[in-house]
Amino acid sequence: MKDLLSVEQLSREEMEAILDRAESFAEIARRDIKKVPTLRGRTVVTLFYESSTRTSSSFELAAKRLSADLVSVKAAGSSVDKGESLKDTVATLSAYDPAAIVIRHPHAGAAQMVAGWTDAAVVNAGDGKHEHPSQALLDAYTLRRRLGSLDGVRIWIVGDVLHSRVARSNLIAFRRLGAEVTVCGPPTLIPRGIEELGCEVTHTLERLGEAEVVYALRMQRERMSESFVPSLREYAAAYQIDTRRLLPRQLLMHPGPVNRGVEIAAEAIDSPQSLIAEQVAAGLVVRMAILYELLAGGERPAPASEGGAAGATAMGRTA
Amino acid sequence: MSLREALDVRAAEPAEAILRRATVLDPAAGIDGVHDVVIRDGRIAELAPPGEGRAEGAEVIEAEGLHAFPGFFDPHVHLRTPGQEHKEDIETGTRAAAAGGYCGVLAMANASPPVSDPADVAALRERARASASVPVGFFATVTRGMEGRELTEMLALREAGAVGFSDDGLPIASARVMRRALQYQRLCGGTIALHEEDPELSGEGVMHEGPVSAALGLAGIPSVSESTMIARDAALAAYEEARIHVQHLSAAESVEVVAAARAAGVRISAEASPHHLCLTDEAVRDLDARRHKMNPPLRSERDRQALLAGLRDGTIECIATDHAPHAAEEKEVPFEQAAMGVTGLETAFAALHTYLVLPGVIDLALLVERLSGGAEPFGLPRPSLAPGSEANVALCDLGAEWTVGEQGYESRSSNSWCDGRTLTGRVLVTVAGGQFAYRLRSFSLGVAA
Repeated sequence: MKDLLSVEQLSREEMEAILDRAESFAEIARRDIKKVPTLRGRTVVTLFYESSTRTSSSFELAAKRLSADLVSVKAAGSSVDKGESLKDTVATLSAYDPAAIVIRHPHAGAAQMVAGWTDAAVVNAGDGKHEHPSQALLDAYTLRRRLGSLDGVRIWIVGDVLHSRVARSNLIAFRRLGAEVTVCGPPTLIPRGIEELGCEVTHTLERLGEAEVVYALRMQRERMSESFVPSLREYAAAYQIDTRRLLPRQLLMHPGPVNRGVEIAAEAIDSPQSLIAEQVAAGLVVRMAILYELLAGGERPAPASEGGAAGATAMGRTA
Repeated sequence: MSLREALDVRAAEPAEAILRRATVLDPAAGIDGVHDVVIRDGRIAELAPPGEGRAEGAEVIEAEGLHAFPGFFDPHVHLRTPGQEHKEDIETGTRAAAAGGYCGVLAMANASPPVSDPADVAALRERARASASVPVGFFATVTRGMEGRELTEMLALREAGAVGFSDDGLPIASARVMRRALQYQRLCGGTIALHEEDPELSGEGVMHEGPVSAALGLAGIPSVSESTMIARDAALAAYEEARIHVQHLSAAESVEVVAAARAAGVRISAEASPHHLCLTDEAVRDLDARRHKMNPPLRSERDRQALLAGLRDGTIECIATDHAPHAAEEKEVPFEQAAMGVTGLETAFAALHTYLVLPGVIDLALLVERLSGGAEPFGLPRPSLAPGSEANVALCDLGAEWTVGEQGYESRSSNSWCDGRTLTGRVLVTVAGGQFAYRLRSFSLGVAA
């Protein structure tokens, strides 16, 4: 695998390999010294054309934990502001011979185009409303840790599916890992034909009790002015996940940032069923695993024993 | 009336030639057989028995095993003149047409600025007489500057030589303005060609709305964005007894609406584009805007089948490429940001032959008939191989395989939806408006003088 452009491109085995790798990084994360030398001397570029807190910070920290040199480019204040095309920006950054370019862009297919223009491994950190593969993987990781496996698990994705790259990537990833997925939201916010991705579609929370996992999506305020929903009040009345609707045995997830009191009631966010904080923690180890798979995937030794393995190699050479 | 008289082309010697032992197929004229096609003084002088054609001083082209068709006619191309000559101009665009077997094209008016002024039409015609390889006609816009608000001076534009009217590229959103144009047509004539789309329904859409757009997270353009506007305009045309032509039909619902309107007696004609007849929205999965982004978008297999049915039953009487050149930098950007449109003139025949005729989806005669059917909706003569007609001929090798773009393009732009595809069937020689317009370089070497 040269690039991670979508979950669509990943087989179940490839996803599981990344999740397994993330497990071993989680072990490292519990140590005092959390850094491994895997990517020492190599450069990771993050190129963000959209604002992001958790995705950009966790990719940056992941690169640092792997000892890579990091270049972070934000669209605001860069040559992008001066009208430079994506192609030219990538050519410029490629001159530093980066091992990986992590890109977020407001338009679908941007990461794929970048992959065609550079030798670096390209990681899609969100392209328009298309895909957000690292989010899907970290969500799968979070669930797998909690449930052991996603096989046969019933997951409901609730909210604005139309505008959500997370919904699309998660739907594909969850299905591929064996879960059954239902998407639920107002008819105006469910894309026509989504069922062909292998999910059930419903427009009310009536049967929410069937779910083992409830994945709520962010509801953006501007959707009202575009007449997708008449009001946030009506949206919340029909779709908000609160502790009345959420059964005690159900798990609650959200990609963040949450609009408290819109898609999820405050008390549900803070309930013990909420995995939201775990999702954020998973983001770091899963993104380390992604960079590792792409840049050092050929090397088999488990990263937990990375130092030892590297030492052994060094000794082997001197011997 | 001939295409040469009705349209504008760079003057050259009238063709004098014999296509020796050509397989001649002109379904509209009822011609199907092996003949010597004798072209004298730019006209089809005679279809002589094979080997017996005589013409003093004429070039003899050995055409045994080759097919001679009436020249193709494309009522919908973008020559990007004036103002966007970095994409195409009259010279390169008509050269592309000639290379595709076209003996005439009609250029859309959505240039920069749009062709809304009689003086602009006159200037374009003059430029065509200096540089066009095949006869070309020019549309004028229906509304000033394509703003959809005020009518152009349609009468003066017609007098300046505008072949018809179209705001192609944009729909005429206002029903009131549309109706006024249809009323005014009684005075000025000229078929009004319509880009049918409800901008409210299309919104920010960049591809067909359906499972593929759902999977890609791209905003969709629903089929009904097109069909509801056709229904509106067919009703207006019926009411005003006007003559309309629907451009680039893409959706099954649209074919139904056109068929119903025609059955009700509305003077309505329709075209479909090669890419809509050959591809579906599945092609967009590669997010390659250069080859697969256009408006109207590639639609579903059900839509494609409906277009094919419409092509067979005559609801769609002509194939038009909607040749829409764009520069590389306008396409080398993420799908949603890329310009809409693909080129098609150089590949239309070969692509349709490869993807529809060879697999037996439609027969060759139907293809030829529809490729030459774009003139009549605009009151122009259908290209014909019947003796006495102006010579408009596409000589083709149905067995020739070639990879599109391998040797570049005649067009200034390379955003062909066929780029990189290997096609079977190639145009070798084009005679347009009674003049030689094109010969494939490798073929002309083999011609016995």
